[in-house]
Amino acid sequence: MEQAVSHIQTDELRPPVTSAGVIGWARNNLFKGWFNSILTIVTLFVLWKIVPPLFRWAFIDSAWMTTGKGCREATGACWSIIYTNLRFIIFGFYPYELHWRPLLAILLLIGLLFYSRDRNHWSKYLGYAWILGLAIMGLLMKGGLFGLAPVESTKWGGLPLTLLLSVFGLTAAYPLGVILALGRQSKMRGVKLLCVLYIELIRGVPLISLLFMSSIIFPLFLPEGITFNKILRAQVAIILFTGAYIAEVVRGGLQAMSRGQYEAAESMGLNYYLTMRLVILPQALKIVIPPTVSILISAFKDTSLVVIIALWDLLKTTQSVLSNPEWMGFSREAYIFVAILYFLGCFSMSNYSRKLERELSRED
Amino acid sequence: MNSSETIQHKVPFWLDPKKRAIIYQIGVFCLVGLLAYYLVSNTLINLKKQSIATGLGFLNKESSFEIGESLIPYSAASSYGRALIVGALNTLKVSFIGIIITLFLGTVIGVARLSGNWLVSKLATLYIEVFQDIPVLLQLFFWYAIFYEGLPGPRQALCPVAGLFLCNRGVAFTVPHAHPAHKYMVLALLIGCVVVYLLRRWGRKRQEQTGQFFPVFRVGLCIIIGLPMVVWLVSGAPMEMNTPKLVGFNFKGGLTVSPEFIALLLGLVLYTAAFVAEVVRAGIQSVSKGQREAAMSIGLRPPLVLNLVILPQALRVIIPPLTSQMLNLTKNSSLAVAIGFPDFVSVANTTINQTGQAIEGVALIMAVYLVFSLSTSAFMNWYNKKVALVER
Repeated sequence: MEQAVSHIQTDELRPPVTSAGVIGWARNNLFKGWFNSILTIVTLFVLWKIVPPLFRWAFIDSAWMTTGKGCREATGACWSIIYTNLRFIIFGFYPYELHWRPLLAILLLIGLLFYSRDRNHWSKYLGYAWILGLAIMGLLMKGGLFGLAPVESTKWGGLPLTLLLSVFGLTAAYPLGVILALGRQSKMRGVKLLCVLYIELIRGVPLISLLFMSSIIFPLFLPEGITFNKILRAQVAIILFTGAYIAEVVRGGLQAMSRGQYEAAESMGLNYYLTMRLVILPQALKIVIPPTVSILISAFKDTSLVVIIALWDLLKTTQSVLSNPEWMGFSREAYIFVAILYFLGCFSMSNYSRKLERELSRED
Repeated sequence: MNSSETIQHKVPFWLDPKKRAIIYQIGVFCLVGLLAYYLVSNTLINLKKQSIATGLGFLNKESSFEIGESLIPYSAASSYGRALIVGALNTLKVSFIGIIITLFLGTVIGVARLSGNWLVSKLATLYIEVFQDIPVLLQLFFWYAIFYEGLPGPRQALCPVAGLFLCNRGVAFTVPHAHPAHKYMVLALLIGCVVVYLLRRWGRKRQEQTGQFFPVFRVGLCIIIGLPMVVWLVSGAPMEMNTPKLVGFNFKGGLTVSPEFIALLLGLVLYTAAFVAEVVRAGIQSVSKGQREAAMSIGLRPPLVLNLVILPQALRVIIPPLTSQMLNLTKNSSLAVAIGFPDFVSVANTTINQTGQAIEGVALIMAVYLVFSLSTSAFMNWYNKKVALVER
């Protein structure tokens, strides 16, 4: 019987040319109905108007390794501004001959992030590796030990500062957020009230107001003689801000836990601390990994706001290059370069978060 | 051991969960109170040493700084209080216009992403990825740079359409010449909206009672557009236009919008629209295919399927994250301070620099944004209750 069926199918009709191959694909995806056809043609026309001149500006007419003068003669983009000032944009006022140290710190961070991508590598030891790694990064930046020349934190800037603020910010904000979320879910009215007040207050105001607070009010809070440096104060503001957002994400995870989990833990005689540590948090925190990555992405983007309180982050070093008379007027190129850096960081993180989400949903 | 024994057994107070909770809470409050006391006392000492005034008395003093754009009359002789009101109004203005454009653009891009047209959907995806992943502040700087570096001065202003001028001092539009009829037209528009609202209620009621359908949308559109038109015709159809003209080094007449405002609006709208598009897409995808098929199979026409079946369900998913995006836009408008648009934060910042009263200034900033946020979330709670799924 089977043979007979296959025999009949040998001389089946091939689909007509217009519904298969490139033409068929175009018919189905670009020219299905009059509305779609018009849409495609209009879009193609707009692209044809925009893309070739843009390509010409960026690649053909552009100046790549000239001085500012050479740039003014070229009609296209001036990428020389990046080429000439790259090290200042990336590292800021960090001593020129010591640039290898922040570079090594950044590579270490990227390496750690890359290794942590695979969930099979997640273990206690990876946690220790992160703590050790962060300590080494701090040491590389600050120096003063093992024969490394000390570098004042006022000289930190550029990309290392941006990464430092976001990575340390999230690391410190995470425990704060978990505690706040637990407090918000607590049965103790007073604790709950305090946590709700904190979370709603912080989420209701823009980050910039907290940064203003850190730069002009924090010094007033402390007794005379004790001063924090500006970077640390901004870091505190970012931690306080991110903590509130993490708290809301973690609360979502806690609310997704069924009552049965709490009851089972209670019936085994676990106290509150052990219930949370062994039963609830491991499950709840796993659910909220993807939204946590989104918070990491926005924290990374938000660090750019420190430019307003005059910290020398990536954006500020770029602006300072632009205020140099030789390079004045090439803002577009410089900002596009910084945008590409940010985009690469955020895009890889959001891609990773999507991948993780798929993996996690497959397991359930 | 039987149960009655355990109940009568006296529990020491540190093992009684209720008493323990009270002790914990007292402990937490003491800690928070001590911290607050420590910070406040330090602050008071520091303020005294630096002889900085406290209190909100400065609000009535003369501000002696100019503000570029203002919705209400303002001069350097006005008080700080008035300056802050100008700032708050500017924040509201940019947020309001921004939200309307964002909603429109975000919906279009969200729908485009789901489009069957490969080119359009890929372009929408590209837009969303690129604009979501670049900090909004950087985008503001970029658009501002395009304006003040990329565009020529007023004398060589670009004129893409007749009556529209683009230069590095801003954008100048042609607007109808001021005429008393305009006031009445706005009034007519408002009256039209109220009438349509009442008409819609009446139409629904009648349909529920008698089953007769009333074409509210078409009639409503006629009323909303028609009423102001009638008023315009009755008052003699004023056609005079106010075209911007180059006088000296700048444009006079017409409506001029500053580059700061445009850069801020453009940055906020393009950034937030990417997020709104994702929200809209998720909302539309959340309505299962079966719903559309079921609605078609009982004979509803496509517009009614959308209106009665798809939208009510999609909106329930869309509205909460949409509100938080709108709130984000309002909060992000505070970045105006970086490009020099006089929004509330920017004016408050100037006030802080002049008076030295940082605590009051920052507290005012926080208070104003909290009012925005809390009123929005109050509205959201009301709305959520209204559209919440009524289950059996």
